[in-house]
Amino acid sequence: MKFLLVEDNLELANAVCARMAMDGHIVDHAGKIGDAIAFSETGDYDLILLDIMLPDGDGRSFLKQHREQKQDTPVIVLTARSQVSDRISMLDLGADDYVTKPFDHEELQARCRAVLRRQAGKAQTVLQLGDVSFDPVAGLLTVAGSARNLRNRELRLLELLINAPGQIFPKHKLVDRLFSYDEDVSENAVEVYIARLRKHLEGSELKISTHRGLGYRLDHG
Amino acid sequence: MRYLFCLILWLWPFALVAQDSSALVWEDQQLFHGAGYDPDAVEPGQQFRILSSTDTSFFAPIIASYLLDHPRTSVEYLVAGTAEIDRIFRDSPGGFDLVISSAMDLQFKLTNDGYAQPISDLSTPEWAQWRHSLFAFTVEPAAIVINRAAFAGQALPQTRQELIEALRARPAVFRNRLGTYDIRQSGLGYLFATQDARASETYWRLMEVMGNLDTRLYCCSGEMIDDLASGEIAVAYNVLGSYATARAESGETLAVVLPADFPTTMMRTGFVPRQAAQPDLAKAFMRHLLNLQSGRGARDGLVLPPLISAGAGPQPPTISLGPALMSYLDRLKRETFLQEWVSAVIQ
Amino acid sequence: MDEQVKVSGSLRHRLAVSLIGGAAVLSVVLYGVVRAYAAQIAQQGQDSILAASVTSILDAAVLREGRVEVDFPYASFSMLTTPADDRVFYAIYRDETLLSGYKDLPLPSVGEGGGQQSHSDVYVGVPVRMSTASRTLLGTNVKTRITVSVAQTQDALSDTLNGISRNVASVGVGFFVLVVLLSFWATSITIAPLKRLTSSVTRRGPQDLSPVAKPVPTEMAPLVASLNRLMARLNQSLTQSEDFIAEAAHRVRTPLATVRSHAETTLQRVEQDENRQALRAMIRAIDESSRAAGQLLDHAMISFRADQLERQELDLVELVQELVLRLTPVAELKDIDLSLQIDGPVPLLGDPILLQNAIRNLIDNALKYSPSESVIAVCVRRDPGATVEVRDQGPGFPEDEIDDLALRFSRGHNAEGTIGSGLGLTIAQDVAVAHGGSLTLSNLQEGGACVIFSV
Repeated sequence: MKFLLVEDNLELANAVCARMAMDGHIVDHAGKIGDAIAFSETGDYDLILLDIMLPDGDGRSFLKQHREQKQDTPVIVLTARSQVSDRISMLDLGADDYVTKPFDHEELQARCRAVLRRQAGKAQTVLQLGDVSFDPVAGLLTVAGSARNLRNRELRLLELLINAPGQIFPKHKLVDRLFSYDEDVSENAVEVYIARLRKHLEGSELKISTHRGLGYRLDHG
Repeated sequence: MRYLFCLILWLWPFALVAQDSSALVWEDQQLFHGAGYDPDAVEPGQQFRILSSTDTSFFAPIIASYLLDHPRTSVEYLVAGTAEIDRIFRDSPGGFDLVISSAMDLQFKLTNDGYAQPISDLSTPEWAQWRHSLFAFTVEPAAIVINRAAFAGQALPQTRQELIEALRARPAVFRNRLGTYDIRQSGLGYLFATQDARASETYWRLMEVMGNLDTRLYCCSGEMIDDLASGEIAVAYNVLGSYATARAESGETLAVVLPADFPTTMMRTGFVPRQAAQPDLAKAFMRHLLNLQSGRGARDGLVLPPLISAGAGPQPPTISLGPALMSYLDRLKRETFLQEWVSAVIQ
Repeated sequence: MDEQVKVSGSLRHRLAVSLIGGAAVLSVVLYGVVRAYAAQIAQQGQDSILAASVTSILDAAVLREGRVEVDFPYASFSMLTTPADDRVFYAIYRDETLLSGYKDLPLPSVGEGGGQQSHSDVYVGVPVRMSTASRTLLGTNVKTRITVSVAQTQDALSDTLNGISRNVASVGVGFFVLVVLLSFWATSITIAPLKRLTSSVTRRGPQDLSPVAKPVPTEMAPLVASLNRLMARLNQSLTQSEDFIAEAAHRVRTPLATVRSHAETTLQRVEQDENRQALRAMIRAIDESSRAAGQLLDHAMISFRADQLERQELDLVELVQELVLRLTPVAELKDIDLSLQIDGPVPLLGDPILLQNAIRNLIDNALKYSPSESVIAVCVRRDPGATVEVRDQGPGFPEDEIDDLALRFSRGHNAEGTIGSGLGLTIAQDVAVAHGGSLTLSNLQEGGACVIFSV
């Protein structure tokens, strides 16, 4: 997916970009409202991540302008404020959702998916591998023509694996991605989801192999 | 009469009178006792003394009616001339419980000088009292009293002027047969004289006429009326009307003429001395007296003229109670007046 | 608000008391002055009559052949008649010799001028007013001096004075009563603008910091001006502090976000277990601190708003629906099913911001404590009262702490390892109470916690 990140703090922007790139997303960074407008007019973004406090103005004014130009690219606001009144005014101005800084990337991506899911009729990126096609936004898995509904964690696990087939994912990495940091889970908790995913993929060309002591790998064919 | 049944009337022994500080001979002196009087058990504080210028016969009925209500009380009634009363009382202000006199001016001056004590709860017209201390109980005129015999076949003079003309017309008839008060001795006579003189010059002309006809001078009303009744004198001027009326009613020989030109009326007054020994008895008596004289009690048998007659209503006298009464009591004024009077009457 | 205000006296009482007190003083002064004046007039009246009497006696004095005759008129004394029957005393002296009258009357020394003079004295134990004058008579070879004094008691005078005093006293009392009535009227008239100002300020909403626009009396203008300035400053400082908090939050939270992002990225890269543990701890600490800061700010705002609720008509169902929609992505991360159970709108008069915050905290809590792949049921009911019930399938509340949980900063002992400051329940309870409702905590028979938020 292609994101536009509007954030004046370069450090944060870099960190977010690095994190997003890790998941295979393309992120353009704009440090000012002026840049953001220029970017949004030229690039075709799936989603805009918008900071509120910007050197050349308030993110709200960009939001307003953005909506007045009838652009339907969804916007998720990154706000440093936590006050409820602020959140409401964001939504009133046309933001699709918001996350409070500092944010959990998993949550951010979940919100992105939710926002995109609500955007009806928009062509979505569908991953195709062998006889398996996967729509990460809708959480839809199609094996040999038959659609299967995945739960959120299964979906995220599959997304990880399908983005890098043939790569071994250690258990602890999978735990980091599937569980929040305040959950104390053992690495074995991953096995449950691997097992479920294997069941979903039964009869397809995709197989999840276990590499003792190393991790799991999605194999094609 | 009723009061005779309940009174014992007796003459005080002459020797007792001598004990009085004034050591004088009273005109009259009587002791009245209530029906409950017991000579063997005389209660102290049940007897009081009245010093009065009014003849006993006039006052006895009043005392009698008072004693009816207060049977255990005794009253000593002492009679003297008005001028005498003033002298006696000033000599011994503590010797009497009630002082009654027809000489308003003298009574007034005694009160003004502080000899009287106030009696607060007596109801009487404003003009009939002074400082709630001196109380009037009669209104009486000064009258010309005439023996009808002297005017047989002639009209009785109705004014002083007519009297002057009548006297001048027949000096032979009236020479030495006229009478009036010797104002040097009689307080009441002096009061009448000064008031007459104040009212009109006619008084002096009358006095000159009377003086020319060798008028007899009397100290008291009683003698004057006695002589009049007996025919000794034909006309008496400025006699107290009440005495004359009392005689006129019985005698038919006397005519009482109230001068029509200007009347002279006075009031008999009484007060309770400040130093009275029995002030409560005296006050009770005064209350009784005023009740009778104001028409608030039965007047049967009373001969004293009332203060307020039931028919005519209150009629203030021509001589009113006030400081002016002291004018002619002034030594200088009195000397001047008497000098003038003497030169007019005695010549 | 029931803030204790130190009260020192009352303007109304102070005004009334000073008016009434002034009236009382004025009444007494009026009484005193009028009485003194009346006494003076009455005394002058008596003096002039006494003087006339003396003059008439003196005028009658003549020297005849060396003898003094004083045939004074009847009127000399009759003019001294009074309604109170005052006693009269007099004395006529020729040089030092008493000619007539009262010999012991205390005679003042009369100057050579022979002028009339009046004075008060005491004779035979009673106070008297006396007038004295003298005159020189000239005869052949004789020159003599006649002095006349006339004295009179003062009963009529004091009767008159008492009468005047009574009248003046009733006038004074009447004046006083009238002023008392007037002062009550004046007081309420004077206090009225203050009352109007008070009620107009009291009726204001919590956010209304606009200046008082209605005209006020001159004396109140400085107060109202100060009040307006104070409100302007308050408004400014509120705006400033809001901006400041926003700025501070931005300054703190943005680096925290940077750190957190970096930590997450790094976590993906490092392999050594101890480094991983350290990074995880770092992320947890960041989450904990940002959440705590957020809840503290929320709670402060709620405490402020709860004093003066801004009630407006709203639908509780709509509000909860919106919340559930917002929280669904978070729930999905744990494969938790947020199930909303509603039956028809629940209209309500309330503060939407507070309600949203409270219910959000309740669902947040449930999300935190719920195990993966469980269900959180959110029911909005209309009867018997507007309630929101949140049921989870977590461990439930510790039974022994269930009554104290809503107290500020308390956290259940089974919350170890779960991020949160523990203010969530407190916030929810404060909001419920501010709306006249309550927060009820219980554990479900089949396991899990149940929170009933009723307003």
